[in-house]
Amino acid sequence: MRTLVHGYAAPPVAAQAITGVTPRGFTRLAWPGIALIAGCMSTYRIHGATSEWEVVIGLEVHAQVTSNAKLFSSASTAFGAEPNTQVSLIDAAMPGMLPVPNRECIRQAVRTGMAIDAQINRWSRFDRKNYFYADLPQGYQISQLYHPLVGEGSLMIEADEKAGIPEDKVIGIERIHVEQDAGKLMHDQHPTMSYVDLNRSGVALMEIVSRPDMTSPAEAGAYLRKLRAILRYVGSCDGNMEEGSMRADVNVSVRRPGEELGTRTETKNVNSVRFVMAAIEHEARRQVDVIEDGGSIVQETRLFDPGTGTTRSMRSKEDAHDYRYFPDPDLLPLELEEEFLDECRASLPELPDAKRRRYEQDLGLSPYNAAVLTAEVETARWFERLLGETAKAQDKQPADVAKQAANWLISDLFGALNKAGLELDNSPVTPEKGGELLALVGAGTISGSISKQVLETMIETGDNAAAIVDREGLKQESDTGAIEAKIDEVMAANPDKVAEYRGGKDKLFGFFVGQTMKAMQGKGNPQVVNELLKQKLG
Amino acid sequence: MTDLTQLGVKAIRDGVASGDFTAREVAEGFNANVAAAQGALNAFIVATPERALEAADKVDADRAAGKPLGKMAGVPIGMKDLFATRGVQTTAASHMLEGFTPEYESTVSAKLWEAGAGMLGKLNLDQFAMGSSNETSHFGNVVNPWRRSGGNAQMAPGGSSGGSSAAVAARLAPAATGTDTGGSIRQPAAFTGITGIKPTYGRCSRWGIVAFASSLDQAGPMARDVTDCAIMLEAMAGFDPKDSTSLDLPVPEWEKHLDADLKGKRVGIPREYRMDGMDADVAESWDRGAQWLKDAGAEVVEISLPHTKYALPAYYIIAPAEASSNLARYDGVRYGLRELPEKANLQDMYAATRAEGFGAEVKRRILIGTYVLSAGFYDAYYTQAQKVRTLIARDFELAFAQCDVILAPTAPTAAFALGEKTDDPLSMYLNDVFAVPASLAGLPAMSVPAGLNRDGLPLGLQIIGRTFDEQGVLNAGLAIEQRAGFTARPDTWW
Repeated sequence: MRTLVHGYAAPPVAAQAITGVTPRGFTRLAWPGIALIAGCMSTYRIHGATSEWEVVIGLEVHAQVTSNAKLFSSASTAFGAEPNTQVSLIDAAMPGMLPVPNRECIRQAVRTGMAIDAQINRWSRFDRKNYFYADLPQGYQISQLYHPLVGEGSLMIEADEKAGIPEDKVIGIERIHVEQDAGKLMHDQHPTMSYVDLNRSGVALMEIVSRPDMTSPAEAGAYLRKLRAILRYVGSCDGNMEEGSMRADVNVSVRRPGEELGTRTETKNVNSVRFVMAAIEHEARRQVDVIEDGGSIVQETRLFDPGTGTTRSMRSKEDAHDYRYFPDPDLLPLELEEEFLDECRASLPELPDAKRRRYEQDLGLSPYNAAVLTAEVETARWFERLLGETAKAQDKQPADVAKQAANWLISDLFGALNKAGLELDNSPVTPEKGGELLALVGAGTISGSISKQVLETMIETGDNAAAIVDREGLKQESDTGAIEAKIDEVMAANPDKVAEYRGGKDKLFGFFVGQTMKAMQGKGNPQVVNELLKQKLG
Repeated sequence: MTDLTQLGVKAIRDGVASGDFTAREVAEGFNANVAAAQGALNAFIVATPERALEAADKVDADRAAGKPLGKMAGVPIGMKDLFATRGVQTTAASHMLEGFTPEYESTVSAKLWEAGAGMLGKLNLDQFAMGSSNETSHFGNVVNPWRRSGGNAQMAPGGSSGGSSAAVAARLAPAATGTDTGGSIRQPAAFTGITGIKPTYGRCSRWGIVAFASSLDQAGPMARDVTDCAIMLEAMAGFDPKDSTSLDLPVPEWEKHLDADLKGKRVGIPREYRMDGMDADVAESWDRGAQWLKDAGAEVVEISLPHTKYALPAYYIIAPAEASSNLARYDGVRYGLRELPEKANLQDMYAATRAEGFGAEVKRRILIGTYVLSAGFYDAYYTQAQKVRTLIARDFELAFAQCDVILAPTAPTAAFALGEKTDDPLSMYLNDVFAVPASLAGLPAMSVPAGLNRDGLPLGLQIIGRTFDEQGVLNAGLAIEQRAGFTARPDTWW
């Protein structure tokens, strides 16, 4: 960590002195003040009794940083360990223990900031947020209020007509700061006492604070999904909402179109995209009802009940804690050096937007296919391996087989996996095996329709395509002699139809193709069949 | 045989190394003194004679085996009970941590044991190091071995390292660890006629020291003379990756470079420290000290530290603010005291535990700290105090363009009687008026004995140096020590 801190050039005394004159200009959230709504307005409206209402949404996402050790201690962060088995002296706040920043956690947050084109603050600082609770051993959370690691950035959500997002929209991100997670209370272990598990205590979180730029549940959902995709691409958070490694505080207010922002409420700790959308829908409706009934919205913290899909009050502004934030005197300001930033930047993978553009422009994929393939990093990775294998197997350039590979992955493999109740990450068909299958199709060894059948067998048995084709005799027949023989049989059996065709009933051509293929048990090469039929009938 | 407990760190280390006596003999002598004085002085919360013997035996065995000996080999010391010691109760002199036995060893104490020192016991102090007289300890006050000539009123040993100062002055230990947040090494050293140095902030690791105010806390040695302090500080200091504020610098060889010749050095006398109604004996000893440094070859110049008068108020905002947060962990949930009244919920448990576990002075500072950090007051108090802190540091920076070290009194008066200031916290806080500025600026500062006042009580002189310049401080201290010829000792009345 010393490389991050200019311990030598800026000794503690000087650093402490700098903190002494730093103006205290930040407020926790820039809203509800004046907010700039970026991009276009969604058409989402709440239809009240007296008028239409717009919804204004901001999200604070807590994302657990992917790292082996905690933010300020060396204890493990692995999920699912026995209670209190991953607790260092620091995490338990024993007397005299001191935090030391984990370089990897800082690195991950910086990389995340870079991935959303955010300003990276070369000088940031940790603050203590003071409050008492049994899951908070220190009696304070180490966070960053005044000088966050990452400043202003943004991400883009894509147009989705069906969801009511008419065009691409940029959502502003105000900041990302890093902070410690708390422990977990267990209330079901003893009749009168609560137990506390400190495994999570001190785990690094990124708090990613959006601007109040979203105006419909769909936009909020799209924002969360996009953010999660970026985090997974970067590898800074696994985005697993079920395990709690990503959760959102949802800020909602309503207003009549054109009016000033209304008073907001904050619904805490919502842990799925669906629940976030439901919470917004319910909360916006509730606020409209309150206002239209002559009431007013109180600024408060609310809880979402996944069972009923409703929100309820947790505490009002009056009961809010006074957190007594102040700079953590155990920690020096964090100063990032150019080298460190360079490494962070260099280690960033191609991100979803860039990848999507490349798939469209360089690989010639349709916008739809490019979007599907880049939505999740796992899909994109799978596709790129498949593309490589397919090109190799057919001795072609990737761009020449990209459409074939993309179509097969999206329509054939996804469909077949879905039918078998499997996902891409546990697919028995690997990209190598997929490439081999596609090569058989490309070489005309099997037909496209037979390949679907082969794929299903591959999923069932895990065998190679070639082996299945051999074993089951699915090889496509391209031998003209054999096909001609079958065509002759079909024509002999249907003299009336032959006459009708020759008399000008062109539509019958399909009938002959079908009959011939049927006679060949589907293995006839469709191209050869077509050509020969045309000759013979013509 | 000579009384080995009359010897200091250097004499013991050298004597053990050369075989004049064994480390065990030394440890036995001090163990006996500790036991004999406990009832009267109450300097220790826990005595650990077996630990002292164990360490001594190891040193004797190493010597017999021809192994190299450490910097503190054979020297038994007292450990302020703010340092976590594995397997030995660590209380910070509070009821909150009574019976708390850590499973870890503070970095500083570990380094001392590594250097061959042994532990005589855990020394009494002001509760959580908050106090200037040792009267806030949950385990009863320490008594200063010094008395006014012809009187038998019990005097305060200073604070918060009052157990350390009393033990060294009374020859219960040749040296002891102290910690200094706003004078807690220097003021008790001055009150008991011993020497103590607070190094540059970050020199000694804070890891494993019960925190009072993190941006100010700094450990240092308390011993009989400058040389002993230099030796012990070398053993205590050093970069510690477990403390983010620790200085990543090599530890200088302070002992080797001790030099009382101050030719070419300039000594600053801060105008603002000469306050109206200053104690005449203190003023006189300050003048005498300046003359001694001149005699040692230094040039004496008047300097100005214009923001001095704001130092104490700023300190009493910053230190309590940090303390209010640092002490939040003592909540009865995981270790230490837990008070669980009938049908108590979590909040009730917190309230009962903290009401019972903290003494009045600790509560006062938690309240002050909580207040100055609360919404609506933060800017007026905490932010303002931090700005003052920056100005104080700049005062020193400018002053050090004109001088190499600064000479000032350590405390405004000699030791006061126990009970004399307990009802008046402000007058108690004023005791730190000369000590606090160097703490706020993170500078090395030491107190050396400069003689006795008219009541026969010791007075200390303070030397403040530039950041990282412990050597300059030690050298000036040595020049004073050589000229002060301070050989006075308290009568053994206990």
